Order: sequence, then structure tokens, then C-alpha cells
Amino acid sequence: MTIEDTILSAIGGITVPSSEVVVEATDVEKWFGRLHVLKGVSMTVKRQEVVVIIGPSGSGKTTFIRCINHLEKIQSGRIFVNGHLIGYREDNGRLVEDKEKNIAKQRQEVGMVFQRFNLFNHMTALDNIIEAPIRVRGVPKDEAAKTGRALLARVGLAAKEDSYPAQLSGGQQQRVAIARALAMKPALMLFDEPTSALDPEMIGEVLEVMKELAREGMTMIVVSHEMGFAREVADRMVMMDDGQIIEVGTPEHFFTAPEHERTKGFLSKIL
Amino acid sequence: MAACQPSTYQYRWDFFFDSIFNPDGLILRGLGLTVFISVISQTIGIVLGILGALGKMARSPVFRIPASLYVWFFRGTPLLVQISLIYFGLGVTGLYRWPDIGPLGAFGKGAVQAGIVALGVNEGAYMSEIVRAGILSIDPGQMEAAKSLGMTFGQAMRRIILPQAARVIVPPLGNEFNNMLKTTSLLVVISVPELYVTFSYKNASGSTVFHPFELFLAAAVWYLLLTTIWGLIQAQIERRLGRGAGGERGPSMRERILGLRPAKPEELPTISGGR
Repeated sequence: MTIEDTILSAIGGITVPSSEVVVEATDVEKWFGRLHVLKGVSMTVKRQEVVVIIGPSGSGKTTFIRCINHLEKIQSGRIFVNGHLIGYREDNGRLVEDKEKNIAKQRQEVGMVFQRFNLFNHMTALDNIIEAPIRVRGVPKDEAAKTGRALLARVGLAAKEDSYPAQLSGGQQQRVAIARALAMKPALMLFDEPTSALDPEMIGEVLEVMKELAREGMTMIVVSHEMGFAREVADRMVMMDDGQIIEVGTPEHFFTAPEHERTKGFLSKIL
Repeated sequence: MAACQPSTYQYRWDFFFDSIFNPDGLILRGLGLTVFISVISQTIGIVLGILGALGKMARSPVFRIPASLYVWFFRGTPLLVQISLIYFGLGVTGLYRWPDIGPLGAFGKGAVQAGIVALGVNEGAYMSEIVRAGILSIDPGQMEAAKSLGMTFGQAMRRIILPQAARVIVPPLGNEFNNMLKTTSLLVVISVPELYVTFSYKNASGSTVFHPFELFLAAAVWYLLLTTIWGLIQAQIERRLGRGAGGERGPSMRERILGLRPAKPEELPTISGGR
């Protein structure tokens, strides 16, 4: 963080995107066998920026954010998070997959929230949250539990620390999953369609938590078709189609004057 | 064939009752050996099973091929052949002579060690498949979530995947151990004096000679006792692993013995959403 950023955040949560780059992806190419799913995707995300990615299913948006924490391999291109090349090291200009330990370390910087929550079913809500800080970061248990309880309170689930995932509603599970990712104090949060597995009445509670996070200045990349959310908190929207980014702009631009035919067609279907 | 006429057979029910209510040192030693060999062999089997399962699922052929060959061989040949091969085969050729471990007495005999190894290695092959099925039953999203939090594959396996897979593994594992308790009797071929061999010996010599009905009935009762106790322990383990699984909790050991049903909760919390 620069001095200016520190001052800005100190005087009251002003979330103007700073000039500091968190994610730098250039010409990312990915194949699943013969299927070309990412065809040269490039994107830069600055600190405190919120980017919402939209696009039809199969357009590669989920695959792209999964590449950012190396849950998917890429065949060419580069992805940097906080200046670290993700998943690979360069060997005479060629990409060689990095050691498991290094990849695990890089992932600590990147929180991820999944469509189907993926809470650890055999652990209580609190244990879900404190597991990685204790095992991965080596935080003492008391301290981790204290932070964990604070996080649970923040997502409105202070009373649920002893509940197992099966005892929680979908919306509650997703909020615990967000708290779990935040417990690692990531520099970046990825959201992979976080509300699309939820019943309509639970979508709101999850979006509220995400909006709060955005207002606090978290850097976020969100794959979602929740246009209300995008309109409210996105700094930028990105339209992907057929493995490529075809349009980038402010929510204002997307809602009033989308340029690309595919974007117009897509938005007319979901709005 | 006079010996086969039931009318000429003198029942000695005292042999039966003594074997159960007043067992001598031979029977107690046999009982101890059966339990000792079963527990260690099953433990070896579980460890080899986890390694075998991970090996068979590994991407690298360096792990996959040896693991597959191991499972293929030990599931594809009779246990009796494996026991004989490991004890007599290795012993005769001098590859390994199975020396006795003195201070352990009957429990440290070379044949006991060979028996444990044979049963353990054989069990490991079956456990590999059971553990593999257990791991495969876990949603891949669990591994992804663990990795996204910065865990290594090993950490994720130990802390996230295997504890959940255990819920799937324990019921067939219980079956395996039940089998193990009884399969130890195959060690008769290398003269390990476990439970079956003890009664076989009593039937062949001493004051109890040739009373196979009473003696082997007593042996059956002992085996039944062992497998029944194990059944209760297994139920307890399954109950503990059920934490977080949702749904109804199984009966506790006390409830199981007394035949009581678990108390119905007054009001079930409404579980909505999710899947």
C-alpha cells in the first residue's frame, strides 16, 4: 500500500482504486483436450477494484478465474498476482509448472468462493474458518478462533459457530464460505457464481456480505449475473464470449450503451 | 464306520463349558494370538490400503504401476498360497528366515510374524480398493476448497478428504476386520497356535481327544464373542464419524445392547436451501 492509500483508507474507507496492480493476466490460453476454452485473455485488476465478469455459459469466465489461483493449468500466457507468477516458473521463456509448495503459498494470497460453497462437511462453521489459518499460516488456535468468531459475526452468523454445514441453509453456508476465505487475509477474492446455487430468498443475504466487502475496499473478481450487484459495486464489467473478452466498461456503459452485438443480445436475455 | 453312529458317541458337555467358562492357558493364549494378529494385520492393511489407494490414483506411473501390481497380485492369488510363500518360501531360500523375537514368547514366534505380514499385506490389497472408493466418493470440490486455502495435497488429504472418506470406509472396514478375526485360522498351515489351532490340538491329543463336536462348538462360541464385541465397537466408531453428516444419529452402544431407540428430538431444525 502506498502512503496515499493508507491515508485514504484512514480517513474513512474511500475505495478509489489505487494504481497498484493486483492481477495482471496476459494472453492466457487454455485448452481442455482439443477444446480451446481461453483464447488469449488479458486483464489487469488494481487494488480495491471490483470487476464483474458476465457472459454465456461456456464462455470461459469460470475457467478464467480458476486459472488465477491455478486450479486450472494454462497452456500459454502469464498470470501475476501481487507480482508473483501464478502456478509456473519461467525456464528460458517456457512455462514450467511450479513446485506444489510454491503454488500452495501463492494461493494463500487469493481467496475463492465457489458456486456450491464446498464447506468442509465434517467440521463446524468455526472449524471451517480456522482450519487453514492454523494449518497453513501457523496461527495459534486461540487467536485463530478469535478472528474466526469476529468473521462469523461480520457475515451475520455469530450464533452458528457450532453448526455443521448440513445444519445451515445455502445462504448461511455461502456466508461461512466467504468468512473462511477471508480468514486467510487474502489480497484478492474470487467469486465463482456465488449465488447461482441459492434459492432466490437467500441471494440477497450473500450479496449484502459481498457488497459490504467491496465497500471496505477488497479487491474482487466476481463471475455473476446479478446485475443489481454489478450496478451497485462494480468498477468495471467484462463481457466474455467464446473464450475471449469482447467488451469492457463501467456498469453505466453496459446498462445504457453496450456496443457489441453479443453483449446486447446477452444483456437483453438476463435483464 | 462305527465311529459315525451318533448313538455310540459319548457327549462330554463339560469340555464345552470348561472351554468357555474356565478356559485353560492354551485357550487364552490362542484367544490372545487371534486378537493380537488380527489387530496388527488389520492396521498394516489400513496403512497399505491408504498407500495403495493413493498410488493407484496417482498421475505418475512411478506410483501407479507398483500399486496396481501389488493389488493385482495379492487379490489374485489365494491367501493360503501367500502365507506358505511368505513363511516357507522365504525361510527355505534364506531370503528371510523369520527369527523368533525372544521376549515376546508365543507372540514373537517367527511363524506369528510371518502370519501377520501375510495377512496384513493381503488385507492391504483389499483395503486399497475400499479406501479408493471412499476417496472417490468425496466431492472434488472439497479438495479444490482446501487447495484454494493454500493447503498442500498432503494436508488436504489428511485433514479434509480422508476424515470424510472414513465415513464411507468404516462400514466395509468393519466387515474386513470381522473377516480378519476368522481368517487368522488359516495360519494353521504354518502352525501358529491361535484359537482354531488350539481347539484342533485339543481334539487331537490329551484328555479331550476326539470330541470335535463340543470342542469346535466352543471354538465357534469364542469366535462369535470376538466378532460380536467388534460389531459393538464398530457401531460406536460409525456413530462418532457421523458428526456433521446430518440426518438421524445411529444408536449408541448402550442403546444397541439394551435395544433402546434413540430419543426423538422434540423439534427438528428446518433445513432448507443447499442441496
